[in-house]
Amino acid sequence: MRIAAFLLALVAGLPALAEEVVLGLSKDTVSINTSFDGSEILIFGAVKREAPIQDDPRLQVIVTVSGPVETFTVRRKEKRFGIWVNTDAVEVDSAPSFYAVSSSTVLGLSISDTEDLRHKVSIPRAIRSVGAPDTIADATRFTDALIRIKSRSNQYQLNEGTVSVDEQTLFRTAIELPAALTEGDYQTRIFLTRGGEVISQYETSIYVRKVGLERWLFRLSRENALMYGLMSLAIAIGAGWAASAVFRMFRA
Amino acid sequence: MQIYLPIAEVSVNAFLLLGLGGIVGVLSGMFGVGGGFLMTPLLFFIGIPPAVAVATEANQIVASSFSGVLAHLKRKTVDLRMGTVLLIGGLIGAALGVIVFNYLKAMGQVDLLVKLCYVVFLGVIGGLMFFESLRAIRNTKRGKAPQRKKHNWIHGLPFKMRFRVSGLYISVIPPVLVGIAVGILAAIMGVGGGFIMVPAMIYLLGMPTKVVVGTSLFQIIFVTAFTTMLHATTNFTVDVVLAVLLLVGGVIGAQIGTRIGVKLKAEQLRILLAIMVLAVCGKLALDLLIMPAELYSIAEGGH
Repeated sequence: MRIAAFLLALVAGLPALAEEVVLGLSKDTVSINTSFDGSEILIFGAVKREAPIQDDPRLQVIVTVSGPVETFTVRRKEKRFGIWVNTDAVEVDSAPSFYAVSSSTVLGLSISDTEDLRHKVSIPRAIRSVGAPDTIADATRFTDALIRIKSRSNQYQLNEGTVSVDEQTLFRTAIELPAALTEGDYQTRIFLTRGGEVISQYETSIYVRKVGLERWLFRLSRENALMYGLMSLAIAIGAGWAASAVFRMFRA
Repeated sequence: MQIYLPIAEVSVNAFLLLGLGGIVGVLSGMFGVGGGFLMTPLLFFIGIPPAVAVATEANQIVASSFSGVLAHLKRKTVDLRMGTVLLIGGLIGAALGVIVFNYLKAMGQVDLLVKLCYVVFLGVIGGLMFFESLRAIRNTKRGKAPQRKKHNWIHGLPFKMRFRVSGLYISVIPPVLVGIAVGILAAIMGVGGGFIMVPAMIYLLGMPTKVVVGTSLFQIIFVTAFTTMLHATTNFTVDVVLAVLLLVGGVIGAQIGTRIGVKLKAEQLRILLAIMVLAVCGKLALDLLIMPAELYSIAEGGH
């Protein structure tokens, strides 16, 4: 409903909208169960248009997937009294827990700086940090570090040239979701650009949910912590006792 | 087989966890120690968040000590009165420890605190144990009998109490202080604290060796259970799936370790344990001294 209203507003705002996205997802729900070890989502679609295909500038497609936004604290170590200690800290007010941006060509060629700023497409733009203390002069190094650390664990991905576009009409890409994934609605955006300008935008969500035992344990640990604690103790004692009983039986 | 841990929110190999539990279990069975001081750093190394590792390890220690205490109760080698006095200190210490832990977590210094505690305590205990067992080995070679001090400054303190099972008449202050120290360690380091308490009971309180292990296990169970509850309700960091996997490996490993331990001499065991303690201490100290490859670290949440 929200998406429909959004599209309607978009159409109303731009009466001469020439090209639009028709989208498909291989799945719109990712279930985190006990054996969850990452997942791959196939995002594919077509461009619907009324006018004939324009050849120059060529159509480019950008796909972004963004996890729930969180606040992070980035800390830096310094040598104090001979050992390495966390000293300076910068709070990054809002950064997605997961962020992947895929494009059909080099990202800088697909979208202009102005459009990137407006739509917050590239990884540094998707992060917002305001509250760096005055004592820290090089606050950008902290956001760079956040991106570096998150990229290393595949939580932030820049996949240039991984969206394949056929005949400027059909496009598809695959997004690799890592094993360490947080729950939430993963906002998925598709941008069509020509000459660096965004000509059409489409939004949908991928739902990432813990299911079964994972969901039950996680919710219990947050909503009824006392109960969860007692249960953990009981289960652990029971398991320990059972394991030694089994071992004794084997020995006998 | 990968398994997703619901609270730690990471995916790890289940057999790796069973194996780790097993290896630490063998060592703990051989040496008669809980093994928490080895398991917690190992969990850091495989990528479990430190807060989760410490809280979960407390949960695991409760379970792995449980069958031990039952066996000691049956053999009547638990000084319940002394255990209760140590326990009162332990509960106070655990509450203090969790407060300090949460405060330093907010400051971003919890990793440092945990590692420093490990370096200091493992260094001191490992060093003492190493030289003590070296001396013992030398003495047995010379044919001297080991001797124990009977009277020290402890006997001058007030609030004396009679501990029948241990055959002691001493002030309650030293056992309460020992309990507090162990409680703080349990909360901060995710260990039972047996490696501190056992020497303290023998050398400081002068308790007979046969009741030391049972009594310390008795205290450890309640203190670590209390710590588990505190972490579960304030930090939400107890991962029961992780605890059970480590435990199953650990219990089986401990049974094997006990069998190996019987075949070795006490002094040899102690010197091996001392070397191992010093090795873990050295590794953690190096991490603090050598410049890390990544100077920055990220944590969820604001200040």
